[in-house]
Amino acid sequence: MTDSKYFTTTKKGEIFELKAELNSDKKEKKKEAVKKVIASMTVGKDVSALFPDVVNCMQTDNLELKKLVYLYLMNYAKSQPDMAIMAVNTFVKDCEDPNPLIRALAVRTMGCIRVDKITEYLCEPLRKCLKDEDPYVRKTAAVCVAKLHDINAQLVEDQGFLDTLKDLISDSNPMVVANAVAALSEIAESHPSSNLLDLNPQSINKLLTALNECTEWGQIFILDCLANYMPKDDREAQSICERVTPRLSHANSAVVLSAVKVLMKFMEMLSKDLDYYGTLLKKLAPPLVTLLSAEPELQYVALRNINLIVQKRPEILKHEMKVFFVKYNDPIYVKLEKLDIMIRLASQANIAQVLAELKEYATEVDVDFVRKAVRAIGRCAIKVEQSAERCVSTLLDLIQTKVNYVVQEAIVVIKDIFRKYPNKYESVIATLCENLDSLDEPEARAAMIWIVGEYAERIDNADELLESFLEGFHDESTQVQLQLLTAIVKLFLKKPTETQELVQQVLSLATQDSDNPDLRDRGYIYWRLLSTDPVAAKEVVLAEKPLISEETDLIEPTLLDELICYIGTLASVYHKPPSAFVEGSRGIVHKSLPPRTGSSESAESPDVAPSGAPPSEQPAVIPTQGDLLGDLLNLDLGPPVSGPPVATSSVQMGAVDLLGGGLDSLLRSDVGGSPAMGGTGFTAPSAVMPANLGPPPSGGLGDLFDLAGGVGTLSGSHVAPKTVWLPAMKAKGLEISGTFSRQVGAISMDLLLTNKALQVMSDFAIQFNRNSFGLAPAAPLQIHAPLAPNQTVEISLPLNTVGSVMKMDPLNNLQVAVKNNIDVFYFSTLYPLHILFVEDGKMERQMFLATWKDIPNENEAQFQIKDCPLSADAVSSKLQGSNIFTVAKRNVEGQDMLYQSLKLTNGIWVLAELRIQPGSPSFTLSLKCRAPEVSQYVYQAYETILKN
Amino acid sequence: MIHSLFLINCSGDIFLEKHWKSVVSQSVCDYFFEAQEKAADVENVPPVISTPHHYLISIYREKIFFVSVIQTELPPLFVIEFLHRVADTFQDYFGECSETAIKDNVVIVYELLEEMLDNGFPLATESNILKELIKPPTILRSVVNSITGSSNMGETLPTGQLSNIPWRRAVVKYTNNEAYFDVIEEIDAIIDKSGSTVFAEIQGVIDSCIKLSGMPDLSLSFMNPRLLDDVSFHPCIRFKRWESERVLSFIPPDGNFRLISYRVSSQNLVAIPVYVKHVISFKENSSSGRFDVTIGPKQNMGKTVEGVIVTVHMPKAVLNMNLTSTQGSYTFDPVLKVLTWDIGKITPQKLPNLKGIVNLQSGAPKPEENPSLNVQFKIQQLAISGLKVNRLDMFGEKYKPFKGVKYITKAGKFQVRT
Repeated sequence: MTDSKYFTTTKKGEIFELKAELNSDKKEKKKEAVKKVIASMTVGKDVSALFPDVVNCMQTDNLELKKLVYLYLMNYAKSQPDMAIMAVNTFVKDCEDPNPLIRALAVRTMGCIRVDKITEYLCEPLRKCLKDEDPYVRKTAAVCVAKLHDINAQLVEDQGFLDTLKDLISDSNPMVVANAVAALSEIAESHPSSNLLDLNPQSINKLLTALNECTEWGQIFILDCLANYMPKDDREAQSICERVTPRLSHANSAVVLSAVKVLMKFMEMLSKDLDYYGTLLKKLAPPLVTLLSAEPELQYVALRNINLIVQKRPEILKHEMKVFFVKYNDPIYVKLEKLDIMIRLASQANIAQVLAELKEYATEVDVDFVRKAVRAIGRCAIKVEQSAERCVSTLLDLIQTKVNYVVQEAIVVIKDIFRKYPNKYESVIATLCENLDSLDEPEARAAMIWIVGEYAERIDNADELLESFLEGFHDESTQVQLQLLTAIVKLFLKKPTETQELVQQVLSLATQDSDNPDLRDRGYIYWRLLSTDPVAAKEVVLAEKPLISEETDLIEPTLLDELICYIGTLASVYHKPPSAFVEGSRGIVHKSLPPRTGSSESAESPDVAPSGAPPSEQPAVIPTQGDLLGDLLNLDLGPPVSGPPVATSSVQMGAVDLLGGGLDSLLRSDVGGSPAMGGTGFTAPSAVMPANLGPPPSGGLGDLFDLAGGVGTLSGSHVAPKTVWLPAMKAKGLEISGTFSRQVGAISMDLLLTNKALQVMSDFAIQFNRNSFGLAPAAPLQIHAPLAPNQTVEISLPLNTVGSVMKMDPLNNLQVAVKNNIDVFYFSTLYPLHILFVEDGKMERQMFLATWKDIPNENEAQFQIKDCPLSADAVSSKLQGSNIFTVAKRNVEGQDMLYQSLKLTNGIWVLAELRIQPGSPSFTLSLKCRAPEVSQYVYQAYETILKN
Repeated sequence: MIHSLFLINCSGDIFLEKHWKSVVSQSVCDYFFEAQEKAADVENVPPVISTPHHYLISIYREKIFFVSVIQTELPPLFVIEFLHRVADTFQDYFGECSETAIKDNVVIVYELLEEMLDNGFPLATESNILKELIKPPTILRSVVNSITGSSNMGETLPTGQLSNIPWRRAVVKYTNNEAYFDVIEEIDAIIDKSGSTVFAEIQGVIDSCIKLSGMPDLSLSFMNPRLLDDVSFHPCIRFKRWESERVLSFIPPDGNFRLISYRVSSQNLVAIPVYVKHVISFKENSSSGRFDVTIGPKQNMGKTVEGVIVTVHMPKAVLNMNLTSTQGSYTFDPVLKVLTWDIGKITPQKLPNLKGIVNLQSGAPKPEENPSLNVQFKIQQLAISGLKVNRLDMFGEKYKPFKGVKYITKAGKFQVRT
């Protein structure tokens, strides 16, 4: 007799019959009826109509019947809240039962009934159960607090259950401790700010003791909780590690991985010189490898985590390459992960083995896997230089197989190998060209076109090859079109005589017949480059490309460090921080690895700012904890105000003979028609230009802008070249470099934002901390399009001086916060004082004399300006450009004396006397000012202006 | 925490659902079905799927998908381990973990699930404890229950639940006290075309069946414990003793359980007990190919290799195979393109051979891939790693138990590339 009988129905109507049975006098019949009800419930049938009848069965001595009724209640109480109240009395009574099993069952079930009215009655029994003498009841009650918190968080806080729960961490029974930790962790997840799991050495000790004795599931909760603790020094970290290591031999893989997380995190604090460090490294390898012999689902999660671990500490698994070899009947998701790890572990020592394996995989059945294997060969070539030649010959072998998708993948990776080792393997180009016709995937076509363009001078029929692609230009994908455009321009620059017609054809196809703004913009840029200055065009288009490296496949270090803290969690499976995907990530706290506290290892940590570097060149990145920045951290970074979209050039040019006399008209129509392309506003195209193709935009376009609008810089004061203010390493891949400029009375901060991360950046905003002269952004940071990986955007941020003022040290220190969709970053920089010199800084002679005398002599400061071979007149005119005005000039005893004045934005006057000895390159500068602390910086400004 | 569980059979029917928190609609499984469709093969469904509001973590066991729904960040391994535990428990209770068995015992299943997880927290997952709370169904018990009206539900708190040895019941009594250990080793290996070993390692386990009265405290020692450098232990084993003395010291759970699992890594030399000679080739522009496979013993320490089965996934273009075998029988599944050759025992005097013609679909091009051979075998009374149990001592009880150790070596994932 089996339970399947409960699923049979009778003609009369199931519900009706069950109702009768439930109200039967016979206990047995009742129980059978409830079983039938439960059976219907399990398959999703609605049996809620029987609610009152089932609840009537609740008052019974039969434990099984009681449990069944409880099961039913949990499922349906929500839909029948009024009826559910009927059950409350029984619950309350059961909570007093002498049998701990029943007490626990009652409090457990009550917590599962998600009806407000019931929760009110739950508080008293729950309070009692939390202090019950029986640990089984206490541990059940601990979980119940989490349930109640989920239903009514306020109630739990008001009733003080959280404190009781915290007390349970010190309970004598390890299971109770584990459940209390689990409950607190769950509550803390919805309350990231609350200090629920406030760990200290005493509570850590409690947890470590409980760890040895509680169930496997409890161990996971405790280990995850331990991972959030920050040991105070390396000795504490080591002692925790020592007590956690036995967990690596646990049969439950989740326990093992959680233990690995704790160890990986605390290891960061241990000095590498320590013997224990080496022991720990050795201990980590076997359990990780063992995870791979488990079921495929477990393997998958383990592999995703191992992928992170080998990036962080490759030494752990460097001898275990073979366990990642793929078996033909592994599920595809396991195969792909193993392959990825194989490449990460590839080194000169094992490359021969790896290549042999990869070649084997390339003949497998699964297309996705084969493709990835071929790509892997390319990645090996890039990673292990010594193996490049071997890899290339392996790839050539694979191309000989003529299996279509293998050939296409091989060509894509060979392109990358060319990027890494230019001018080394051109001999293979002939073989590649043979396969031109079989390429039907955009990526492979684009790669092939790139190769032809890049090596055009060595391919005799390059023009024919490219021309053959041009026929179906409009049917190609954008990727191929862009590549074709660039390749033909390259060809033209290399062989200008024969290919004029071709280049004209492609330019007109790209600019006139295409709707794609990227393509059109690139077409225009090339067109104008070629027409204005072919030499510059050559420099731009044929510029030396930066070498690619294996780094591109690695997870960015800051993200990796964060992910290491999330080993074993979903974040580690997705390789994204939880903030990027967990729903309602209200204030997820970013986790970070603890800093190393070991003896001599400070250079190891990337967070230590280089000491001793001159402050003017090396902007210090402000540590996030800096208390001086308190108010800056609290700044409310509003969402960026999206400005009007930059008008893309919509000029439709007639067919102009590119190299003939129509050049001028082309230029004119261009400049007149689209303001976006003239002068400084020319930044827009660089933002839309895909960075992975063609010449690197950073160098190339810079030149281009100079060509187009060299007027901008003449009218303003001296502008220092851009320096890196915020290195990508410290800002999750965002690199900011910049400089300050002053043009016609307007101060601006010219920024170059580069996305060096692997994800798109958006939602930029900027804020300044209070500073000495009240510098503040006059407009929000406007970056219209999200910044794609490897893309750079140039932006000029107008500044004013009406912000709040706070004296900084040094005086010209500016602390900046930049926000994007990933995080907020802080850096500080020093601005040159001359951007604050106002245009009406020229003093009357009389006034000058009077003021000079008026300012006490102790306010005078003298400086030497060395190595400045300029004449007095040149100095005067140079300084005037930066708003330092010469009031008078005299010649005293063969020396030129310049009397100068300048005014700062906040109204402070500075008077200067510059003594120039003809024939000597050294000047003497005397400064007088009512606020003598600025003199030092004015002198620096003089130096900068005169020497540039 | 684990929110809900759906059990789905191969034809895509949800035949059981259980919610530990609020009810999650069945429609969440649509994301799973979508992934299943994309994966084509049931084994290739990714174990972690994200949906707009939930995460689905699934395992595939005995033709059933166990799909759990979670809403917050939770270690996926935790969920996967738990799901396997659920499947193990069903297996333990009903003898098999199949859709019919689950449907036949749906109420017990529901009671079990309720007992195993509370609000998403694992509660009781040890089979010893569960069996005290909910009695497994037996024919005798259901007869007795229907006569006496008693239930199959324990009335008292399981004894082991809160003690320091949660895996053992308190009052155990046997008339025959026995302790059996099975040392089972599986060889995972990849052998390349030329017959040399690309990769080989041994996955070993010691499964125990212990029926001892009272609270026995056992110590198991080995002749050569140094072989065991990568071991996972049952929670009952005292780790400190192992660290210091290399002795397994433990108070065992009652009944069947896995004492340790271990891996003898590829650094040590692994003996490969069989060799395979093979020719599988296809001619260019011809719709046939040649198949010739011979298998023979090698490094088998004088024991007989038995239970040998060779399976080959032939390329898609293969239509049928025309073979003759000197020993055993072969079948070819023309739909899945799987050749299975059941050989049995290998006698070194006359090596088993299977050869003949492979017919391809007419006009099909010469297959690119080289099929791999999967070999299964068994060797009784041998642990290929050389591991040997030295002695078993019992403390804490007076009686003399009957002790036994059995060794067996099997092929795990043993693949020969061609």
